[in-house]
Amino acid sequence: MSQAEVRMGEQATGVMEGSPFAIPSKKLVMWLFIISDSVTFGALLYGYGYLRHASPDWPHYFRFSPSIINVMVMSFVLITSSLTMLIGVQAAKSGDKSKAIRWAFITVAGGLLFAVLHIREWTGLIKEGLRPSGNPWGSSLFGAAFFGITGMHLLHVLIGVVAITVVTLRYQRGRYNSDDLEVWGLYWHFVDLVWMFVVPLVYLLNVAR
Amino acid sequence: MNPAEKQSGGLVTYLVIYAFILAIAGLQVVLAYSASGLQQFVVMMFFAVLQAALAVTFFMHMRTERRSLFLMLIPAVIFVLLMMNMIWSDSFRISRGAPFTH
Repeated sequence: MSQAEVRMGEQATGVMEGSPFAIPSKKLVMWLFIISDSVTFGALLYGYGYLRHASPDWPHYFRFSPSIINVMVMSFVLITSSLTMLIGVQAAKSGDKSKAIRWAFITVAGGLLFAVLHIREWTGLIKEGLRPSGNPWGSSLFGAAFFGITGMHLLHVLIGVVAITVVTLRYQRGRYNSDDLEVWGLYWHFVDLVWMFVVPLVYLLNVAR
Repeated sequence: MNPAEKQSGGLVTYLVIYAFILAIAGLQVVLAYSASGLQQFVVMMFFAVLQAALAVTFFMHMRTERRSLFLMLIPAVIFVLLMMNMIWSDSFRISRGAPFTH
């Protein structure tokens, strides 16, 4: 066997190496991103807790109507959009392309509705005087923490909306497959998961009584 | 059972977990008005972690992935998040003058 043949054999072995954890590499990459991003959100929420704890005049501002009702609707929309994404991915895995596309776009609509509700809430709070630099109710850090955390989450929602739209359109044209939808489904569930911590920490522990 | 159902347990499982997560979200709102202080915080965080665990296990299919994937990802992130708890002594210092004073 010549040296060239040996080298080719080595390369072929490298190419044919099994995927780690028996999942596609793009799925592993998404998992690694999710892990790093969960630490980012963790740091943000710990920082928020630090500020809240160290500020004696932290505002307990959120009234049941409209703030908490709005948050409940937003949670319902986001959790439901996770379910619709699951149905879409399941349909894609079963080979039902049209059903998968339909449910993926319903997920996108859910994400957009969530963003609209969120921006509407922000607009209402800004009208009442909440700014990143201050507010009429107490610690000036409240606005920076609130807009920082909810803004970061909203950014993730909007990125998810764009990504799922692009992936679904490419899936429709046959350029992407069900694995790609599943990978972005993971991202979408992660966005949902982060919201499960944002709601109690940012809203429910600061309700006006 | 098709591959998607084999991976997840099927639509019925999804619906049950979805309903459970929504119910917990409702309970958290009740808790926001019926409890206060450290007890409220601890129970609320317990519910949030429970919701997250359900989402990771069933919606993100960790239940059907290889255990090695779980072991590589989840304990490390929990360790890092728990280590962040060391900031609290400093926040006590700011609000009360010295760490852990009352």
